[in-house]
Amino acid sequence: MAKKKFVVGCFNDEAVLFPAVKKIRTAGYKIHDVYTPFAVHGLDHALGLRETSLHTAGFIYGVTGTSTAVGSISWILAKDWPLNIGGKPSFALPAWIPITFELTVLFAAVGMVLTFCYLCQLAPFVKKHHFHARATDDLFVMVIECTDKTNVDDLKSFLSNCGAIETDVQVAEDGWWLGRYDKNEILFENKQTVAAY
Amino acid sequence: MHLKYESQLREPLVNGEKTFHQVTEDIVRPIEAKPSRLWYIGFYIAVALLLFGIYSIYRDVTYGIGQWNLNKTVGWGWDITNFVWWVGIGHAGTLISAILLLFRQGWRTGVNRAAEAMTIFAVMCAGQFPIWHMGRVWMAFFVLPYPNTRGPLWVNFNSPLLWDVFAISTYFTVSLLFWYSGLLPDLATVRDRAFTKLRKRFYGVASFGWTGSTKHWQRHESLSLVLAGLSTPLVLSVHTIVSFDFATSVIPGWHTTIFPPYFVAGAIFSGFAMVQTLMVIIRKVFEMEDYITIGHIEAMNKVIVLTGSIVGIAYLTELFMGWYSQNKYEGYTFWYSRAYLFSPYGWSYWGMMACNVLSPQIFWFRKMRRNLFVTFFMSIIVNIGMWFERFVIIVTSLYRDYLPSSWSVYYSPTIWEVGFYAGTFGLFFTCFFLFAKYFPVIAIAEIKYVLKTTGESYKDKMGHLENVAPEVFAHSGHGHTVVENDGAAH
Repeated sequence: MAKKKFVVGCFNDEAVLFPAVKKIRTAGYKIHDVYTPFAVHGLDHALGLRETSLHTAGFIYGVTGTSTAVGSISWILAKDWPLNIGGKPSFALPAWIPITFELTVLFAAVGMVLTFCYLCQLAPFVKKHHFHARATDDLFVMVIECTDKTNVDDLKSFLSNCGAIETDVQVAEDGWWLGRYDKNEILFENKQTVAAY
Repeated sequence: MHLKYESQLREPLVNGEKTFHQVTEDIVRPIEAKPSRLWYIGFYIAVALLLFGIYSIYRDVTYGIGQWNLNKTVGWGWDITNFVWWVGIGHAGTLISAILLLFRQGWRTGVNRAAEAMTIFAVMCAGQFPIWHMGRVWMAFFVLPYPNTRGPLWVNFNSPLLWDVFAISTYFTVSLLFWYSGLLPDLATVRDRAFTKLRKRFYGVASFGWTGSTKHWQRHESLSLVLAGLSTPLVLSVHTIVSFDFATSVIPGWHTTIFPPYFVAGAIFSGFAMVQTLMVIIRKVFEMEDYITIGHIEAMNKVIVLTGSIVGIAYLTELFMGWYSQNKYEGYTFWYSRAYLFSPYGWSYWGMMACNVLSPQIFWFRKMRRNLFVTFFMSIIVNIGMWFERFVIIVTSLYRDYLPSSWSVYYSPTIWEVGFYAGTFGLFFTCFFLFAKYFPVIAIAEIKYVLKTTGESYKDKMGHLENVAPEVFAHSGHGHTVVENDGAAH
């Protein structure tokens, strides 16, 4: 966790945002993130982000659920305490399909949501720096990380030329901390850590 | 991404001149405004019903379920009727948010959030009935398979009643996760607009620190899609398993293979009716006619007439099989206990027929589908009909069993059975009123996403695309600035 300097450019139209992302990236700037009020399809590709593997994780959780159900039910009903139900076989796989299916879905869904929250670092009482309050309303907020060599004024005017309606420089914590949204406390203040650059 | 294009001929999903900010304003307004007098009246009535229900349950636990009018043959009465009824209602939300998402039905965005909330509350209500029906409710945890000191003696995994425990609890959990993960971005929207300390704090905690980062959105989309894919078979499985509670028994009228599809269709039918009841009120009270348009109402009425007719076919098939099987018990149940108007419960069968099969046929007429009064009235009729359906299935099959000497006297509920049912209405509406006041009732982010392709004021601008060659259209950003993606894998 460290405080970093960011240049922020706000856009109000997706159609302007996409070419801007392209130009900024071609110019060699490092886009920290783009905050959008809704899922803008294709923006992840434009930013060069890789595909998420969340669905693969979901599949693995699902398989875990299936094997948990089949494994535990067959152990319980066929080995630990076999019941004689009209002389029918103890290992009654067809009758276990409903519960096996339910547990598959349950494990996959719960596992995926927890993984999603872990990967995105989302939890109650977690606070993050928000570069613009309207990023959840109607603005597409592009945040560019500054290095020693970044000329902030150049970058700001470059952003404006790309169509940003508002530009800004912010020093911000790029991680999360335990905090409250009704208070303006900043934790990790003046922490002497080596910055990423 | 650029393949999303909608014909101008299609009715817009969002009416009026809207910007993204206007969408936020319109949907968040009820949260930020003081609740109206109407809200308070409704809320207090709901709480009063809930308290009456709690008192009924208190008596139920204190005196046992003997205070219900259940008897030797009618061991399932109002409580299981209400259970199946509420579970059925709880099917619409996930159907709208999952199945219609996979089917790419754009109109779902206007109604999905409230419908999902309704689903969760309905399943909560449903869960009360089997739990309190246990009588010694403090032993309820016996239904869970856990290593215990009684052997360990396990639950019977071959029993449909245990399947039900797993089905309902999984359904509730998954619906809740689906609903809440979808709510996160919208709660963040409310948080970032909040100006009172309390609201900032509440929505700050509730929105989990959502920022709207592109990577988070990418994962969020993946999560929603997979949860939709999981919920689709899940929603079908839940009422299938509920129908197994009946279908795997050897009671005439229950022992039939038609039950799973028939129950699922009935569940969607009653669930959509409940969604209609709530939507017609919400769009009026919260002035959201631009987002829940007549087009939305009409689309749901089409589903109602379809599923109502499927249910009707199932009723007729059952009657036919009652005769064709030449089984005298089946014949007695279907042709005397149910279809004979002057048998003790004949009135409930014909009430069901009138409400579920005959009256929804009115929705073959476009004018009726688009009429709010007819829609509201019909949504209530349908839910009364669907309650009768479960009552008919349960009581008419049970009150005269194989042994005439044990035939019961006429089963009618006590005030405490009715009170318990009324209490679940209280629970449902208390939750729904709180939801409508403190949460965005429409998925804000999703509406913004569809706005530019399906909003009224944007549709006209898309006209020129009709003349663009497909290759050009597919590779350009809707004829705005040409977007060159470096990934371009899609």
